[in-house]
This record gives sequence, C-alpha cells and structure tokens, in this order.
Amino acid sequence: MIDNIIIGKYVPGSTVIHRMDPRAKLLTIFLYVFIVFFANNGITYFLLGLFTFIIILLTKLPFSFLWNGLKPVIWIVGFTFLLHILVTKEGDMLFRFGFFSIYEEGLRQGFFISLRFIFLIFMTTTLTLTTTPIEITDGMESLLKPFKKFKLPVHELALMMSISLRFIPTLLEETEKILKAQMARGVDFTSGPVKERIKAIVPLLVPLFISAFKRAEELATAMEARGYRGSEGRTKIRQLKWGAIDSIMMASILLLSIILLLLRA
Amino acid sequence: MERSIIQVQHVTYRYNKESEKPALTDVSFDVYEGEWLAIVGHNGSGKSTLARMLNGLLLPDEGTVTVSGITLSEKTIWDIRKRIGMVFQNPDNQFVGATVRDDVAFGMENIGIPREEMVKRIEWATKIVKMNEFLEREPHHLSGGQKQRVAIAGVLAVQPSIIVLDEATSMLDPIGRREVIETIWSLKEKGLVTVISITHDLEEAAKADRMIVMNGGKKFAEGTPKEVFRLEEELVSIGLDLPFSYKLSKRLLEKGVPLATRHLNVESLVDELWTLKSDN
Repeated sequence: MIDNIIIGKYVPGSTVIHRMDPRAKLLTIFLYVFIVFFANNGITYFLLGLFTFIIILLTKLPFSFLWNGLKPVIWIVGFTFLLHILVTKEGDMLFRFGFFSIYEEGLRQGFFISLRFIFLIFMTTTLTLTTTPIEITDGMESLLKPFKKFKLPVHELALMMSISLRFIPTLLEETEKILKAQMARGVDFTSGPVKERIKAIVPLLVPLFISAFKRAEELATAMEARGYRGSEGRTKIRQLKWGAIDSIMMASILLLSIILLLLRA
Repeated sequence: MERSIIQVQHVTYRYNKESEKPALTDVSFDVYEGEWLAIVGHNGSGKSTLARMLNGLLLPDEGTVTVSGITLSEKTIWDIRKRIGMVFQNPDNQFVGATVRDDVAFGMENIGIPREEMVKRIEWATKIVKMNEFLEREPHHLSGGQKQRVAIAGVLAVQPSIIVLDEATSMLDPIGRREVIETIWSLKEKGLVTVISITHDLEEAAKADRMIVMNGGKKFAEGTPKEVFRLEEELVSIGLDLPFSYKLSKRLLEKGVPLATRHLNVESLVDELWTLKSDN
C-alpha cells in the first residue's frame, strides 16, 4: 500500500538533472508551462519536443517511469483529442461517416493539443522523479520568500508541507493497522454494494482522525519544548546551491522561449 | 552532586481553574547538578504535569520554579527551554524533520545557531547516541529505540544542562528501552547533563541516583532508591510495584538465605547468589 503512493515516486540518482537546484527546476517548469502554449506550428512543436526529449535523456530514467506518470491522464488526453476532431470544422474534410466528419484542421489541432498535454506531463513527472518532495518544498520556500512582504506565511507553509510529507508514511502505517484491526472485528471493506462499502470506511476514518489529532497535539508540544517559535531568528540546515548547471538550464529555457516566440505562426 | 540546579518551591497547578482537585499540590524539591533523578508514580499522580512545569510547557498557579538561577515565567521560558531538553513518550510524534539530520538540527535551527556550527554539532551529537551512520535515514525506516536516540541527539545538540525524559522508554520494546537507558547513562557518566526521568518503570528508577515518588499530585517520598524501596508496602498501596530483584531478595531473606542486602538490580543479585557459597 505504501509503495503505491504517488508522492514517493522519487527515483534516487546522481545525474545532472538530479543534482540541479530545486529552484532552477521549479522556475524551468514554471516557464515551460507558459511556453507550451506559445507553440502552434510544426517547427515550434518540434523544438519544444526536442527540448523535452533532451531533458528526459539527461535524467537517464527508463521510459516506463514516464509512461506511469502519463497513465492516469491518458484518458483526458484521448478525450481532448476526440473533442477537437469532432468539434473543429475547418480546413479540408478528410473523412465522413453519417453525422461524423473529420476535418484536416480538427486532426491537426487534436494532435497538437494532445502533444501539449503529453509534454507537460513528461516535464512535471521528470521533476517529481528526480527531486525529493522535501527539496521541492525548500525550493518553493526560497522562491516565495519575496512574498513575505505581502504577509504570505512562507515559512509556515513550507513547514506544514514538510511535516505533512514526513507523516504520510506514519499515517499510512496507521491506516493499515486500523484496517486490519477492523477486519479482525468483522468489518468487510471489499465486498457488498457501494453504499455498504462507503459505510464500512467510517470505522476506519474515525480512529484515524482521532489519532491524527492526538499526534498533531503531541508534535506541537514537542516542537514548543524544542524552542520552536516561528520563523524569526531561525537558521536553516538545508542549503540550496545554485550551480553552473542551473544557470545553463535557465539560459536554455529562456532561449527556447524567445525562439518559440519568434517562430510561432 | 551538591549544587542545586533546579529549585521547585511550593508548586500548585490546576488544569481546570475551577476544579477542586489540583493536579499538583504544594510540591517542593531540588535537583542537583549531574545527578539522575527519577520521578515515579502511578497514572494520574502528577508526574508528567510536574515534568511540563520544569520547562514552562505549563506555568505554575502558585509557587516558583527556578532553573540555573532563572525563575520561570512567560518572559523566561525561551531561555529556560535552551537549558532543559525534553524527550517525550511517543517516538513518532516528536520527530519533526524529514531525515535524522534534519530532526537533530531542528532545535538548533530554532535558536538560530549558524549552519557550520550545526553541522559540527550534528556529527558530535549523533556520534554520542550512536546514530551517526543513519543521518540520511527517514523516520519510518528507524526503530522506536533509534528514533528516541535521535530525539536525545536533537536535545543534546542544543547543549542543555538538563534532560527531562517524560516516559521516554514506555513505548519501546526491551531492546529499544535498553539502548535508550544505556545512552542516557553514558551521558550522565560523562557529566554532560543532569537527567530527570519521569517513569513508572521501577527497574529503570532503581538505576537512578535519587527518586521522588508522586501520588495524587503530592510528593509522597524522596530519597535514594534504597531508601525509597524500603517503604515496600506503602509503595504497593499507592499502585506501584517493587523491582523484581528486590522482591526476590526479600523472599529469599525470609526463607533464610543469608543475602547481604535487598538488591535493586538483577545483576547484583545474580552476582551475590552465585558467589554465596564460595569461600572467596
């Protein structure tokens, strides 16, 4: 059960991409999400694809990992593809069967939009596969720091996130324990009508919530006893290091953005 | 062991301010530098409340608590928390960091220790609790005893003069318990800290230098384990037990086995038993 959780999908490694500063990765993804929408013709899509492909190659991850990331959303991709084919009625008609007609433009649009989706998912999957959740949190905290001026509780949000991440395995273990305890008492989680099965979850959730609250309270006490009093005057053991690779990555994504802007139709 | 490091004077505390029965009533005692003080008592005897009173997690309604010359109040709690480290019962619910390294650093980050110093102290503290090879481990890959030792390292790294263990071994298996007790013992022997352990495990308390027995929110007895266990039936009547070795030596003495003393730990009892009939 613990292995199935998506957040634990980090694959340890020491490639260039693994070693990148999480801030650089996050900024790259952020820009990428925008420029994916710049692309609107063959050449721009080709360049975008090439960039994505090179990054994937650099991670040295087997393609199956990326495919796993794509799997949950493949239906959405397929659906958008179909929708575009059926709705867009421009260009030459390619095919007709009763009501249905497929136009050249529809096919083109459907294909490109699906590609956009796939590129986006590949890039974000690459991020989560090569970066630990805690690194992502650190990166976010650092990037959001300027927003502190606008009363955004950046440090608190980051701490909340890292504590949640740290407690996921603990709570999963607990869930399994409660599940087994309730099964031993005769609760049936796996068969019967949907309504019954939903009802069976209640004796799982109630003890889980009670214990989660208890844990939260104890953790708060422990943190207080260890002198935690908010972000003021706090130092950090985790350090982010911006290296040459990071600058190169930023330069290349910026360059790509400019090229795409120039070449788009 | 003569200098008093904590003075608790006439402390009374109520969780619910309207309630009749206080959780602590007029408790006074001293803790001496470098000693191991065990505070024992049945559930609800007020021993955990007392522990929380020492570092300002709770503030006394009446009476005063003084730590290293600083009187506990709203203003001084952060100062006092640097001097008193606390290890709690549940190993999971006090592990804040994502890895051992992060967790040991947590207390130091809170008081703003520079990073280079933190790195040094992490190495030093984890070595003492023998967790220096697990720095990158995540908490769910550690045993209960290991997690408690990390908690101790996290406390040590802040370099407090006192460590309070609030039932820190009660959720551990026997091996984990031994690991933690041995770690604490070595800290005390090295003179690094004064130890106050809150426990209902009398075998553990028997190893301490001094004991305080709590009952119904009041101090019931105080003294060395030898003195305290001499109360025998009185301890049993307030819901405490006697250590197994103590009970066994008592029964043996009653049966006429010529033991020199009532032993507080199994090792010394075994030692005396196997040498009992030998001449030298």
